[in-house]
Amino acid sequence: MAAYLVRRLIQSALILLGVSFITFLLLFVLPADPVRQIAGRSATPQTVANIREQLGLDQPFVVQYARYLGGLVQGDLGRSYLQKTEVATLIAARLPATLLLMAGAILCELVLGLTMGVIAALRRGRIADQALMMTSFIAVSAPQFVVSLLLLYVFAVRLGWFPIGGYGTFAHLVLPALTLGILGSGWYSRMMRSAMIDVLRTDYIRTARAKGLGRARVILRHALPNAVLPVIAMIGIDIGIFMGGIVVVESVFGWPGIGQLAWQGIQRIDIPIIMGVTLVSACAIVIGNLLADLVTPFIDPRIRLR
Amino acid sequence: MKTLLASTALMLSLALPAIAQEYQPDPNARPGGSIIITYKDDVATLDPAIGYDWQNWSMIKSIFDGLMDYVPGTTELRPGLAERYEISDDGMTFTFHLRQGVKFHNGREMTAEDVKYSLDRVTDPATQSPGAGFFGSIAGFEAAGPDGLSGVEVVDPLTVKITLSRPDATFLHVMALNFASVVPQEAVAAAGDDFGKQPVGTGAFSLAEWTLGQRLVFQKNADYWRGGVPYLDSITFEVGQEPIVALLRLQQGEVDVPGDGIPPAKFTEVMADPEQAARVVEGGQLHTGYITLNVNTPPFDNVKVRQAVNMAINKERITQIINGRAVPATQPLPPTMPGYTDGYAGYPFDPAAAKALLAEAGLAEGFETELYVMNTDPNPRIAQAIQQDLAGIGIKASIQSLAQANVIEAGGNGSAPMIWSGGMAWIADFPDPSNFYGPILGCAGAVEGGWNWSWYCNEALDAKAVEADSITDPAAVDARLKLWSDVYMGVMADAPWVPVFNEQRYTMKSPRMGGADALYVDPVSIPVNYDYVYVTE
Repeated sequence: MAAYLVRRLIQSALILLGVSFITFLLLFVLPADPVRQIAGRSATPQTVANIREQLGLDQPFVVQYARYLGGLVQGDLGRSYLQKTEVATLIAARLPATLLLMAGAILCELVLGLTMGVIAALRRGRIADQALMMTSFIAVSAPQFVVSLLLLYVFAVRLGWFPIGGYGTFAHLVLPALTLGILGSGWYSRMMRSAMIDVLRTDYIRTARAKGLGRARVILRHALPNAVLPVIAMIGIDIGIFMGGIVVVESVFGWPGIGQLAWQGIQRIDIPIIMGVTLVSACAIVIGNLLADLVTPFIDPRIRLR
Repeated sequence: MKTLLASTALMLSLALPAIAQEYQPDPNARPGGSIIITYKDDVATLDPAIGYDWQNWSMIKSIFDGLMDYVPGTTELRPGLAERYEISDDGMTFTFHLRQGVKFHNGREMTAEDVKYSLDRVTDPATQSPGAGFFGSIAGFEAAGPDGLSGVEVVDPLTVKITLSRPDATFLHVMALNFASVVPQEAVAAAGDDFGKQPVGTGAFSLAEWTLGQRLVFQKNADYWRGGVPYLDSITFEVGQEPIVALLRLQQGEVDVPGDGIPPAKFTEVMADPEQAARVVEGGQLHTGYITLNVNTPPFDNVKVRQAVNMAINKERITQIINGRAVPATQPLPPTMPGYTDGYAGYPFDPAAAKALLAEAGLAEGFETELYVMNTDPNPRIAQAIQQDLAGIGIKASIQSLAQANVIEAGGNGSAPMIWSGGMAWIADFPDPSNFYGPILGCAGAVEGGWNWSWYCNEALDAKAVEADSITDPAAVDARLKLWSDVYMGVMADAPWVPVFNEQRYTMKSPRMGGADALYVDPVSIPVNYDYVYVTE
């Protein structure tokens, strides 16, 4: 177990190194010049050259990347080119909002997805099953900006149940979390449905039924816990999916998380911000996957980590 | 006697058209109250040496002051932190006499040392100010660094003398730019690079709260040196709000002014509702949208081809694409800019004549080219209209729709034959005709990484521009404007641009907002002059 953990941690570090290298390289070859964004349209060529030199952007790629890594290992993500503020400060100010949104989204997708999956499995082949699976198909395929605007229009503008975007109270969280949760619930309902169907076919369920236990007790006590655990282990992987979707949802709902920060950094080629957000997201995905793998043997003792 | 006084005043105002009388306070204005403004993009910085964005421009104006200022809602200069000033006869020395008893938000009195420090700081390359280039006429600018500008001299605690290296008729406008704002040295030193997040100025409002990515709160500066203003007790800026969401919130009464304006998709709907349309303020802005034709790229090196393109574009139709939120342009300067040539009709829309010109240039069969455009709505739709117009005279233009930074790069390295300027179009930094020339039409901008994307360089016009900006005598302002008009007419003869339209600005406000309409489409405090608006309830 310890050896496995060490190996996985080294692997994770290498993945993050790779992510930082590829992102840095892409930003380097991009046909757009961050210095011109900083210098503005009234700058003289001398000003542009000065800024380029001060930021070290006149150096070859290897030197620039080495400098960045040098700062990174000391925990220094650099300063934003345009805001001049430390990237770590900017991310730290926004991370709580993103984590809160993710927690809300995970709760939504579990409640929605598991309920739909269990009902579909119990009503397998019937109309309820087909309707639910169709719903989950739509949920998975619907573009997030459509879902978010639809929810915003119906529940905030028309019905007035929730605030129209913003941040601060529980009511603000509901719609953005639901938008992400609906997307995730599509996957969960499908996984939950097949896991439940598998479990319902097993011998121990047949035994439980043969003992004369009630239907509710069989499902809630014996089938559900066994079916749900492997599904829950998927949450770690979810974090990666959410990191992609969060840019759109945060933008529509005015949610002050790191997705918004990333989007603003990309528009202005603010390299330290883009690098910082990319690395933090990559960290979240790596940690999420690692946790998913570590949790699995506790859920299913048949799996051993080597 | 009364007539005599009036005519004397009129004569004075004619002789000094750039210097306005004091602003007349609004008799209906009531102090108190708070408002909510929204913006989509986060506020990057409130450091006046750095900030150069749509949303922070007027915020910085409310936190800081410069030596010069503008009469609210107009393009007329008035003294700011300088109570008065003198210009030497040769126009090379400006002596500013500061107001006494002006205090920074930290309580310390502002002095001439602060003025010098602020100008030294903004021109020091280490500051990386995007506005440093505006101060190029101050003596010692070329050697600017940690030792400061040799041309800025503290005479006594309330007097600053600025010596120029060349006559500069726009110098008072430069002193009114945000970049020339006066900052206290000790606050900059204490905050370091974070001064933009902890600004301290002399302005009408001070920063009370800044929750990164969410909200900024400005509170009234009770000690503000201009009496009677500001009216509002506080302003809350909520950032990260999509324009469409901001409009919905305005309709629900949760927002007072959506800072990014009315989203294009909702414009027709809003204007069709009389109740909402009544709360929309329309105004001109110092903006021109244009197509650049790269004079180094054949066949645009032929003036006949450039003129043909000018005559091929149906500008009326393009203004319809943006719901008529603009007026067709005839020349580089917008109509509200001094120096605009009245009575010049520009190139007419005449595809037949354009075809004839192409034939004269030996291109009767047309040619193929590329049109670069920024990839946000409505710019790709405008590019398609341009593409169709060009096809009408046999020019096949393929559209390169890219992110803003990529279009800027293609313009600056000369690889783009044609660029539609939308999303990057020139909005004047200050209301003077010279601001539309140097970087975008003059030889100085026609360099690698420059903003003159036509790569047009006419040395005769450059010389005329220098001549115009050397006329610093306020009495000769008409002669100066005539020279500028000649410069732009010379540009139109060579046709490196197709001026397409001048955008109008539309600001929507909540029913409780008071103050003259001009304050909501202020040509300088863009988008709203926060110091002078008030609430009526």
